[in-house]
Amino acid sequence: MTLLQLDRITVAINGQPVLRQVSLEVAAGEAVGLVGESGSGKSMTVKSVVRLLPPGATAGGTVRFDGADVGALSPAALRRMRSRDVAMVFQDPRAAVNPVRTVGDFLTEVLRDQGVSRAIATEKAVRSLSEVGVGDATRRLNQRPYELSGGLLQRVVIAAALLTGPRLILADEPTTALDVTTQEEVVAILDEQRRLRAAALMFITHDLELAAAVCDRIAVMYAGEIVEILPAARLHDDARHPYTRALLASRPGAVAPGERLVTVPGIPQSALTAPAGCVFADRCPHAEARCHDERPVFTGSAACHLLEVL
Amino acid sequence: MTALSIPVVRRAVPFAAVVCALVVLTAILAPWIAPYDPNALDPLNAYAPFSPAHPLGTDDLGRDLLSRLIHGSRTSLAGPLIVVLAAGTIGATVAIAAAWFGGWFDALLSRALDVLFAFPGLVLAITVAALFGSGFITPVVALSLAFVPVIARVMRAAALRERNLPYIEALRVQGFGAWRICLRHLVPNLAPLLMVQAAIGFGYAMIDLASISFLGLGLQPPAADWGLMIANGQPSILAGFPQQSIAAAVAVVITVVAFTAVAERLATRFGGDVR
Repeated sequence: MTLLQLDRITVAINGQPVLRQVSLEVAAGEAVGLVGESGSGKSMTVKSVVRLLPPGATAGGTVRFDGADVGALSPAALRRMRSRDVAMVFQDPRAAVNPVRTVGDFLTEVLRDQGVSRAIATEKAVRSLSEVGVGDATRRLNQRPYELSGGLLQRVVIAAALLTGPRLILADEPTTALDVTTQEEVVAILDEQRRLRAAALMFITHDLELAAAVCDRIAVMYAGEIVEILPAARLHDDARHPYTRALLASRPGAVAPGERLVTVPGIPQSALTAPAGCVFADRCPHAEARCHDERPVFTGSAACHLLEVL
Repeated sequence: MTALSIPVVRRAVPFAAVVCALVVLTAILAPWIAPYDPNALDPLNAYAPFSPAHPLGTDDLGRDLLSRLIHGSRTSLAGPLIVVLAAGTIGATVAIAAAWFGGWFDALLSRALDVLFAFPGLVLAITVAALFGSGFITPVVALSLAFVPVIARVMRAAALRERNLPYIEALRVQGFGAWRICLRHLVPNLAPLLMVQAAIGFGYAMIDLASISFLGLGLQPPAADWGLMIANGQPSILAGFPQQSIAAAVAVVITVVAFTAVAERLATRFGGDVR
């Protein structure tokens, strides 16, 4: 069953394109990874799901959540969807939590707003904290964000995301701001808890290995477009788009120790600076004349003129 | 560079805090600690010099100056207090609204504040008092309005910075409305800066209100008010008895310096651009 459907989403900020014709479906309980370089539009794609666009942004296309057009929701219905059905885990937990409120305030605020009594909200918060592996939960409730380590605080953020029983979790590079050693634990907890609750996940990351491990499908983004979507299990063997292959080849694990790392030649493009033809044409080793002139249409699993050949 | 960069001044801050507390206590307890009724006339005892019975002497009508000074602290403190409370509330509300909605709304409010800001506060207050009559309320209301842009400009910059932090976005994703986010999250985070602004404004408001009283547009005789006492003491200076004006002026100066020193200490403690 399709939970979320993005249909040709286009976003421009002050007339400058950020996303172009992004189409993606997420089934209930499915985990979809969004990978790509910085500025490729991953965050904007996720934010457009809950209509959280920066000032001056204009959006086209339709977002359907559980069949309802998010763009046509009333403000009250949109708030309802944001607070109950969708939860977001941000990159830097320290920035995403009000620094002057206690952890308990942060965790119970949504529930209290929904009319849950203080005692029950606190009880739920404590249970949720233990579920994400935060020990001594009762004491944590009275602490403030600065008293917690980054990894611990991100678990608190995940606990808050899970509290309202969302059907879709949006995770925007949830481990990038964390210590390498705690990254693994935090991702494992997020993965385990969302599977237990059968919640869908949109997972943004730069880390292809991580995306392949956590997600069912991977969408590769470049310059504001999705250039390829494929099952995570077949990422290494079946990647067809030259950009996906270039990304795979540049993984540190792809070369023998001591060898030079492989890079993608050229400069990463954003939707604004992308060439007129295929967005990847000027960095692509296989590019032909028509790649520079004609923008390829997304067919089957990728947007590439040479899909049949490669 | 503030007065606080001078070590002696910095060390005097605790002393200034004590002075502030004493002045406030004096105002609250005025009726109980003043030795005489501030308006009791005793013409036979006019221009009395310092004595155990009248520690500061008496004025041209034989009224006890210490008692008048003590009673005068009430309106002299209440005026600036109302000004900073009113200007702080309105200024912070305007600032948060401008920062929250942004766009043309912010531009409109900011330009309106600029226009108000361009007009000297004291001149505005004097004009309003001259138009709508003197007394306690009119100059206080006028000065409150004049202080709004001063506070709103600083608060808007801070609110804009705060509003663009990720935690505000996180709250919006959680489905909270603008009212709730502003009241429960923005306001508490901006409160320290607002309090510093109010504290700094207090000293300025006190001087401005004293000036208005001095010009005869504030409280009217026989009210005991420091600015008014300075003005009414002028004939006595010619008569060779300057204690009324001097006592009131010293009270104003000490209070303003003490409050401002404490406010600047708070400002360095809580950071933020003060002026």
